[in-house]
Amino acid sequence: MTAVTDTTNGKSNEHHDHHGPAKGLMRWVLTTNHKDIGTMYLWFSFIMFLTGGAMAMVIRAELFQPGMQIVDPGFFNQMTTMHGLIMVFGAVMPAFVGLANWMIPLMIGAPDMALPRMNNWSFWILPFAAVMLVSTLFMEGGGPNFGWTFYAPLSTTYAPPSTTFFIFAIHMLGISSIMGAINIIATILNLRAPGMTMMKMPLFVWTWLITAYLLIAVMPVLAGAVTMMLMDIHFGTSFFNAGGGGDPVLFQHIFWFFGHPEVYIMILPSFGIVSAILPTFARKPLFGYTSMVYATASIAFLSFIVWAHHMFTVGIPLVGELFFMYATLLIAVPTGVKVFNWVTTMFRGAMTFETPMLFSIAFVVLFTIGGFSGLMLAIAPADFQYHDTYFVVAHFHYVLVPGAIFAIFAAVYYWLPKWTGHMYDETLGKTHFWMSFIGMNLTFFPMHFVGLAGMPRRIPDYALQFADFNMIASMGGFMFGTTQLLFLFIVIKCIRGGEKAKDESWEGAEGLEWSLPSPMPYHTFTTPPDVK
Amino acid sequence: MAQEGEGTYYVPAQSKWPIIASIGLFTMLLGAGMMMNDMSAGVKDSFAHYVFFGGSLIMAYMLFGWFSNVIEESQKGLYSAQMDRSFRWGMGWFIFSEVMFFAAFFGTLFYVRYFAVPWLAGEGDGASTHEHLWPEFEAAWPLMSNPDNETFPGAKALIDPFHLPLINTLLLVASSITLTIAHHALRKAERTKVKIWMILTLILGFAFLYFQFEEYAEAYNELGLTLSAGIYGSTFFILTGFHGAHVTLGATMLLIMLVRIYKGHFEPENHFAFEASSWYWHFVDVVWIGLFIFVYLI
Repeated sequence: MTAVTDTTNGKSNEHHDHHGPAKGLMRWVLTTNHKDIGTMYLWFSFIMFLTGGAMAMVIRAELFQPGMQIVDPGFFNQMTTMHGLIMVFGAVMPAFVGLANWMIPLMIGAPDMALPRMNNWSFWILPFAAVMLVSTLFMEGGGPNFGWTFYAPLSTTYAPPSTTFFIFAIHMLGISSIMGAINIIATILNLRAPGMTMMKMPLFVWTWLITAYLLIAVMPVLAGAVTMMLMDIHFGTSFFNAGGGGDPVLFQHIFWFFGHPEVYIMILPSFGIVSAILPTFARKPLFGYTSMVYATASIAFLSFIVWAHHMFTVGIPLVGELFFMYATLLIAVPTGVKVFNWVTTMFRGAMTFETPMLFSIAFVVLFTIGGFSGLMLAIAPADFQYHDTYFVVAHFHYVLVPGAIFAIFAAVYYWLPKWTGHMYDETLGKTHFWMSFIGMNLTFFPMHFVGLAGMPRRIPDYALQFADFNMIASMGGFMFGTTQLLFLFIVIKCIRGGEKAKDESWEGAEGLEWSLPSPMPYHTFTTPPDVK
Repeated sequence: MAQEGEGTYYVPAQSKWPIIASIGLFTMLLGAGMMMNDMSAGVKDSFAHYVFFGGSLIMAYMLFGWFSNVIEESQKGLYSAQMDRSFRWGMGWFIFSEVMFFAAFFGTLFYVRYFAVPWLAGEGDGASTHEHLWPEFEAAWPLMSNPDNETFPGAKALIDPFHLPLINTLLLVASSITLTIAHHALRKAERTKVKIWMILTLILGFAFLYFQFEEYAEAYNELGLTLSAGIYGSTFFILTGFHGAHVTLGATMLLIMLVRIYKGHFEPENHFAFEASSWYWHFVDVVWIGLFIFVYLI
C-alpha cells in the first residue's frame, strides 16, 4: 500500500514535495497531515490551558482571603463557568485528540488518518468555537455564569443574552468532537498494518477506540440538551419549565447522561498513555494487557448507567438513588483492575525515573486518591453531606489534574524526542514535575478538608474558619499556574535544539513508533510495516 | 481489512475546503445567534440576517466544492477498496451519532410522560410541589392543560394520527421500498429503471414534506398546538421538526444522487455515495416509525 499524495482543489500546488511539508502559514491551514494536525491540536490545547488557567488564577486570587477583594460576584461566577468549560472542551479534549492524531497512525502502522480532510476540519472548527465562547465574556450582560454544568433554569430563564452564543459554541465543539471521533474509529478499524490484530494494538489505541465510541454516543445528546435550552430561551417551549409541564431536573438527567461518559472521555486516553509509559521505564511488559482492554470496555459501559449519582440531592426516587449508587460503586472494580495492573507492572521492575515516568507514577497514586474520594461521593446518604461542597471540587480536580493533565504531560515528555528529534532538558523536566506535583497537591488537598467542613463550591466569599486552608490552596494554585510557563519553555527549548534523540528514544520502549527515525519524515508508513 | 497489504490509500495533499467550512459554520451560527437574540429582545432593524445569509452561502459553496472534489476523485478511480471501507465506517458512525441525537428527544418525551407530568400532579415525591404550586393540575397524556396555562396555553385539539400522519407513514415506508428497488436496479445496471424508481422515491419524499407542512399549518392555525403549548407541543415539534429537517436533508441527498445517475455516475459494484444516501433515508424512515408510534399513536 502506498499513500498517493495528490492535489485536489482548484489552486493546485504542483511543486508539492511528496516527502516534505508545504511552506508558510498555509501549510497549517490547508494541511491534511496527521502530524501537522496533531501539532495544531496540542498547541491549541495549550493556549486554552493557559486561558482557562488564568481564570483559575482569578478564582484563587479572590479566594485568597475571605471577603470580597478583586472581582464582583457576577464576574466570579463567569470565571468558574468559563474555567470549567475551557478546560474540558478547550484544553483536555483537544490535547487527547492531538495525541491521538499524532500517535495512532504511528502505533498501528497507518499512512495517515482515515479521512484526512475531515481531520483538518475537526481541528479548524475549534479556534472558531473558542473565539465564540470566550467572546461571550465581552457581551452585554456578561458571559455564561451558571457553572460549567449549565443547569436550567439558571441557563434558560435567568441566563444572560450571551447564552445563545455559548450554545452555538457548544454545537461547534460537538461537531468537531464527533468528526474527530469518527475519524479515529475509522482509522483504527480500517488502517491497521497487516498483522496488527486488535489484541496486539497498544493500549493507547484501545482506550482511544473506546473513547471515540463514547464521544459519538454522548456528544449528540449534549447537542440535544443545548438545543432544548435554545428553544426554551427563544421559542417559547417548556422542556425545562414546570409551568408548561416540563422539568428542570430533566435537564440534569440529559446533561449528566452526556456528562458522565464525558468525564471518562477525559480519563480513558490517560489510561492508555500510562500503560505505555510504565512498562518502558520499569523495563517489563505491561501486566495484564487483556484485562486492561476488558476493564476499559467495562468502565465505558458502566459510564452510561451511573449519571444520576451527580443528582442524589435533587429529589429522585429512592430506588433511583440505590440503583445509581450501586452501579457507581461497581466502577471501582474495573478501575481497581487497572491500578493493580499498573502497580504490578512496576513491581520488581528495573525502574528509572525520567520525567514521563514521574508523571505516570504520580498519576497512579493521585488518580487513585481521586478515585477513593469518588467512592465516598458515590455513597448516596453520604453524598447528601458532600454535595456541592469543596469536597466535590477536590475530588474532580484530583482525577482531572493529576489524572488527565499529568498524563498529557507524561505523553508529551515521552514522545517529544520522537516528534522533535531532540531530548528535552531532563533537569528542567523534573523541576516542572516536582513544582506541578507540589503545587497541585497544595491547591487541591486542603479542599477536601474545607469541603468536609461544609464550604460550598462556586462562591466568591466564605466563612472565616476556612481562611487558612483557602490561603494555602491559593498559594499552591499560583505555584501550579506559574510552573506551566516553565513547561512552555521546556517544549520550545526542545523544539529548537538539544541532545539528538535516538530512534528508540527510551531504553525498553516498545511499539511501532520507535521503529521510525527521530525526528520522523513528514509521511510515515506509506508502505505498511509487517507486524509479527 | 487491515490484513490486506496491497492497493493504494488515498491521502489528499492539501485542501482549502475545511477552513472555508469552519469560517462558514462560524459565520452562519453567529448570524443565527444574533437573529435569535434580536428576536427575543424585540430589535427590528439589524443586519443579523445578512450575517446568517452570508454564512449559509459560504457553507453552500463549501458543500458543493468539497463534494465535487470527492466525486471527481472517485470518478478518476483514486479510491481503493480500503478507502471505500473508511467511508462506510464514517457514514455508519455518523448515522449512529444521529440516532443518539434523536435519543435525547425521545428520552425527553418518555421522561416527561412517565415521570415529570405525574410528579407535577402529586405522584411520588411531588406531593408538596403539587399542593403548593399547582393544586389544580391533573396529569394526562397528551397534556392539554398545563400547570401554568397563562404562560403556556395548552392545545385545543391534537393531530388525528389516522389522517395525515398515517398517510405520511405509508408514504415514507413506500419510499424506502422504491429506493431499495432502485438500488437493486443499479446493481444490475438497469439505469432507466433506476431513474424511474428514484424519481418515484423523491416524489414520495417531497409529498411527505408537503403533508408535514400542511399538518404544521393545521396545528398552528386551527388546533392551537404551538411550540408554547406546553410540554406536549414542545416535544411534538422538536421531534417532528428535527425529523422533517432530516427528511429534507435526505431528500436533497437523493436528489443529488439522481442528478449523478443522469450524468452517468456509479457502477454496479461501486456506488457508495448512493448507498450512503439510502442508508440515511432508511434511518430517517425508522425514526418516523418511532415518531408515529410514540408521538402520534400512544
